[in-house]
Amino acid sequence: MQVTYDQLREKARQLRVDVIKAIYGAGSGHPGGSLSAAEIAAVLYFKEMNLDPANPKDPNRDKFVLSKGHAAPVLYAALAERGFFPKEDLQTLRKMGSKLQGHPDMKKVPGVEMSTGSLGQGVSTAVGMALAGKLDGRTGRVYTLLGDGELQEGMVWEAAMAAAHYKLDNLTAIIDWNGIQIDGRNDEVMTVSPVDEKFKAFGWAVKVIDGHDVQAVAEALDEARTVKGKPFAIIAKTIKGKGVSFMEDTNAWHGKAPNDEQLAAALKELGGDR
Amino acid sequence: MADKIATRQAYGETLAALGAEREDIVVLDADLSGSTMTKVFAKAYPDRFFNIGIAEQDMLGIASGMAVSGKTVFASTFAMFAAGRGYEIIRNSIGYPHTNVKICATHAGVTVGEDGASHQCVEDLALMRVIPGMTVINPADGVSADKLLRQAAAFDGPAYVRLGRAAVPILYSEDAELTLGKASCLREGTDYTVIATGIMVNEAMQAAELLAAEGISVRVLDMHTIKPLDEEAVIRAARETKGIVTAEEHSVLGGLGSAVAETVVKNQPVPMAFVGVQDRFGQSGKPAELLKEYALTAEDIAEAVKSL
Repeated sequence: MQVTYDQLREKARQLRVDVIKAIYGAGSGHPGGSLSAAEIAAVLYFKEMNLDPANPKDPNRDKFVLSKGHAAPVLYAALAERGFFPKEDLQTLRKMGSKLQGHPDMKKVPGVEMSTGSLGQGVSTAVGMALAGKLDGRTGRVYTLLGDGELQEGMVWEAAMAAAHYKLDNLTAIIDWNGIQIDGRNDEVMTVSPVDEKFKAFGWAVKVIDGHDVQAVAEALDEARTVKGKPFAIIAKTIKGKGVSFMEDTNAWHGKAPNDEQLAAALKELGGDR
Repeated sequence: MADKIATRQAYGETLAALGAEREDIVVLDADLSGSTMTKVFAKAYPDRFFNIGIAEQDMLGIASGMAVSGKTVFASTFAMFAAGRGYEIIRNSIGYPHTNVKICATHAGVTVGEDGASHQCVEDLALMRVIPGMTVINPADGVSADKLLRQAAAFDGPAYVRLGRAAVPILYSEDAELTLGKASCLREGTDYTVIATGIMVNEAMQAAELLAAEGISVRVLDMHTIKPLDEEAVIRAARETKGIVTAEEHSVLGGLGSAVAETVVKNQPVPMAFVGVQDRFGQSGKPAELLKEYALTAEDIAEAVKSL
C-alpha cells in the first residue's frame, strides 16, 4: 500500500486512542502490551500486508497471527481501522455476546487468522500456515507477533526450530521487546536475553530495531522479504504502555483499565480522535 | 486379511490410501513414524509428510495452522504425548477454533506393555471428551479403524482417534457398515448389555460367549465413537436389558463408562458396572499379563455382568 511514514505515525496514534477507549469501555484488558505494539500493527496493516477486507479469505493474502493474544485491543483496532468491521464495534470489547473476546477468536472476528491467548501457541500455528503456504506455492507471507515474556514458553523454541528446519522464509516473527511482563522485568522474572543470539542460534535471520520507529519497522519487513532459506525475526525494542506517560515502562498497566480521569488524561496525551 | 492386526497398522495403510485419493491430506509426526505407522504415508508421499521432531506441542500447533490453510491434517504420536502433553494445545489451538485436525494417537492403554506407566495413557478419552466439538473415536479392530478413519477424514473439524500398539483380532467383515456416532451391535442379547470400546470389544464378545454357556444372554455394543455418544443405543440397552457393563482399556474415571453412566442416569437408570483401570497407573509387563492384572479380560467382564 502507498503510504507515508507520517501517515503511519498517525495510524499508530489513532490505534492507541482506539485501544485506550476500548479498554476503558470494557473495564478490563491489556493496555501495556497493546500500546507497545501500535507502530508494529500500523506498519503491518497499513503498509506491509496484502489484505482485502472485502475478501478476507483470499488464499494468497498475507496472514497475521497475534501470538501474544492479550494484545487483542491493538489487533481489533487495526482490523477496524482497516475496514474489517465497524469501529463502533470496538466498544463491545470483552462484553457479553461480543465478537471481540478478551483474546482473539478467529471464528468470530473477520481478519483474525487464529484464535490465540495461551502464550506460545500462536507462533506454532503461524509455522503451520507458512509450511502449508510453501507446500501450495502461495505468495502470501505469514507474520506473527510475540511478547518478550512469551519467549519463556518452551513451545516458542520448538516452533523456532521447526521454522528454520523447514526453511520458512515466508515467515516473519516480530518480538515486542518491551522488557516487562506481569510480575516485573523479564530478566528478573526469568532471563530470556539474549534474544537475538537465541534466534540466530536457532537458524533465523535476525534484525534488532526501534519498534516505535515506523520507518525502521517498515525497512525491517522489507529486508525480511529479501532473505531466502530462513525465517526472519525482528526484535522490536519498545516501551510498554508507549504513548501514555503514566502507563509507560511499568508492569502496573499490563492488565488493567483506566478510570475516568485516567482515560481523559491518556486521550489528552494522545491527542484524541482527529 | 490377517486374523490379527494392530489398529495402528490399519491406520498407516488407510492413511496411504487416503493420500492417493486426496491431495489435501498432510501427515505430521513427532519422531515416532515407525511406531505410529505414519511411515507408510511418509514413504508414499514424502512431500506431504512433516516430521516435527520430539516436539508434540509444536506439532499440534503446526497441525492447526496447516488446517486453517486448507489442509486435512493427520497428526500422530503416542496417546500419552498427544492427549497428555498436548492437551492444552489441542484444547486452545485445535478444539476452540474447531480446526480440521485428526489427532491419531497410538500406543494407548496398558497394552503398550513393557514401556510401563510413563507410556501407558489411560486418561486420553476423558481428556478429549471434555473438549467441546471434539469427536472421539476408539476403533476395535483393523477393519473398523479403516472405516472410521475414512469417515473422520470426510468431515471438517477436529477428531481424536485412539489406536493401539498390539495386534488384535479382526471382528468386522470388510463389507460391514459402520457409522461414526452410531454404536455397532455385534451380538444381540436380552438379559444384559456390555458396551465396550477399542480392544475391549473383543473381550466383551468372548465374555458374551462365556455367559451364554451359563444361560445369560448378553448384548454387545461396540461404542467406537465415545463422542458424540450414541445415546439412543445406550437408552435402548437400558430399557431392553436389566443392566449395563462398560468395558474400556482406560481409567474408569471420565471415559466410556462415565459417558454411558451420564446418559443412563439422565434417561433410564439401571444397574451398571465399570470394567476399566481402577484409578491406577500402569506398569511394565506383557500385554496379556497387564490385561489380567488390571482386570480387563473377558472373565472380568463376565464377572461384572454377574455382579449386576
